[in-house]
Amino acid sequence: MVAPIIELKNVSKQYDDQFAVNNLSLSIPKGEIFGLLGPNGAGKTTTILMMLGLSEPTSGSIRVSGIDSVRRPIEVKRMVGYLPDNLGFYQNMTGLKNLLYTAELNNIPKETAKERADYLLEKVNLTEAANKKTGKYSRGMKQRLGLADVLMKNPEVVILDEPTLGIDPEGVRELLKMIRELSEEEGITVLLSSHHLHQVQQICDRVGIFVKGKLLAEGNIKSLAKQLFKDNTLVIHVEASPIEEALLANIRSIPNVKKVVQEKSGIDVYCTEDVSPVISETIIDLGASLYHISNKHFGLDEIYHRYFEGREQQ
Amino acid sequence: MNLANVKEKFNFKGIIRNRETEEGTVHTVDNRAAFFAIIRKEFTDSIKSWRIIILLAIILLACFGSLYTAVTAITDTLDSGAAEELGGNTYLFLQLFTISDGILPSFITFVGFLGPLFGIALGFDAINSERNRGTLSRLMAQPIPRDYVLNAKFIAALLLNVILFFSLGFIVMALGILILGIPPTTEEFLRVMFFLVVCIVYIAFWLNLGILFSVVFKNSATSALSSIAVWIFFNIFYSMIVQLLSRSILNPESITSMADVVNRQGAVLNLMRLSPNYLFTESTTILLSPSVRSLGPLTMEQAVGAVAGPLPLSQSLLLIWPQLTGLIAATLICFAIAYIIFMRQEIRSN
Repeated sequence: MVAPIIELKNVSKQYDDQFAVNNLSLSIPKGEIFGLLGPNGAGKTTTILMMLGLSEPTSGSIRVSGIDSVRRPIEVKRMVGYLPDNLGFYQNMTGLKNLLYTAELNNIPKETAKERADYLLEKVNLTEAANKKTGKYSRGMKQRLGLADVLMKNPEVVILDEPTLGIDPEGVRELLKMIRELSEEEGITVLLSSHHLHQVQQICDRVGIFVKGKLLAEGNIKSLAKQLFKDNTLVIHVEASPIEEALLANIRSIPNVKKVVQEKSGIDVYCTEDVSPVISETIIDLGASLYHISNKHFGLDEIYHRYFEGREQQ
Repeated sequence: MNLANVKEKFNFKGIIRNRETEEGTVHTVDNRAAFFAIIRKEFTDSIKSWRIIILLAIILLACFGSLYTAVTAITDTLDSGAAEELGGNTYLFLQLFTISDGILPSFITFVGFLGPLFGIALGFDAINSERNRGTLSRLMAQPIPRDYVLNAKFIAALLLNVILFFSLGFIVMALGILILGIPPTTEEFLRVMFFLVVCIVYIAFWLNLGILFSVVFKNSATSALSSIAVWIFFNIFYSMIVQLLSRSILNPESITSMADVVNRQGAVLNLMRLSPNYLFTESTTILLSPSVRSLGPLTMEQAVGAVAGPLPLSQSLLLIWPQLTGLIAATLICFAIAYIIFMRQEIRSN
């Protein structure tokens, strides 16, 4: 196993008497894309700020590439690129000037900085807007400039806080593609925080679900589904008409069926085994017409939703 | 869009060297270049921003206006034959800064009035504008110590201040020499220089007050208004309040002896001196009017045997030393509070 590049051990952060982050342990190996997934206010940004040494943990230790973030934040920040959630640029400076300023703060020699800025601007499709003031940039352009800005320092780890917030679908697609390329072709470790499940699902190797300061589950999508759906692993979606109480009752009585939920488009049957033939038989026996029957695949959306559903019941 | 091989293409020396030093045992985080980069950027931002340009224009106008009024006042007195009146005053050149013909205020009045505004304008949105624009968290994610941002902003503003006031002082002096034809003596020149330094310290105080409010208040309008409120309080209301208080302090019925009068007068004066405006006025008066010999009440016994004449520069400086240190201390206190709050603040942009 590769040595982890980001390692958090029992990290807690307390504001007054409330825990923003509660006993979080996490390790991310080099080159991985890790998605930190959670609703607003779950403590994602706090965790990220602690990794960068911008906020001190109440207890626990954080090491990025073997360096203690609390004690030596400057060295950590030298190799970690951070894209904040609502990022801004100096509006009266051009995109290129903003990048060059970042380069200056990182002690990058002028010629190299110019060369690199031009190269990165081309990569994020902003060459034409390079000499435009950033005050006139659209949200998507700013986000892409932000990515270029993060890459100016040639980082080993890139932390992106809600990178897809407020961009149109096409922009999101492009941005995610860029992030994946970064990870695959340069071995940059990417930590991505988001509450957009589909996007995280598209590019992340591993996902951590983060709620109220606690990491509830962690792993790839498949193993998450397994962890979460031990009891009813399968959902069969059925579209039939008419849907009557008798029909629902009959389906419920089929062995291995756990739950039947009526939805707008039809019914969802939660079961431990694939019972679709039995269901279709039941429907036809009752004289109803069957339009559609299929196995639902678990996406992150369901995983996420199930998590909260489960928590509320507790 | 292919971001492939960015690393291979850019194996630059700067970064490689930095990474190597990290692995060494000695961690000298010498990032002075970054510090100067921030200063440079802040300075450029300031001189390009409209509010500073407008203030500069007003200050320049005021400066020329006061020069005009001083020159006419001086030539009028010279022409009207009241030369003896001025003749006794060997410090004619200094009057360029203090004299007024009654229509327009003098140079020191202008500076005392516009200087604080200039300082506040430079400082009031130093930190909160970065926070509101979302640039602060990006800036903080760069490998620089947190205090660089605050220090660099202060130094950039101070630098602008120094340049502005020295050039203003030299312009007034040069034009004064050209128009009046009187060259300054060395002592006069030194007095003007010290006067400019006092101006800069005074403005630095307001600058730091602005920075302090910019750290405390998230909204730049709030911090601007609070700074201006403090300025108005000291400029207008403070002397009124002290006058009100002095009425009861200096009530003739409660005074018992001569020493009591002096004591009470001193107490009132010390109250006045809590205001930076008053400290500034006292310092400039002493520096630019050498014939003023004392700042407090002077008894007849003290005046007996004193040679009537202007004070030498060293004595004037001695006289305003407490005022000057007081102003510097106030400046530093503001900066220290701003510094401590900023170092402990959350960087989160919202």
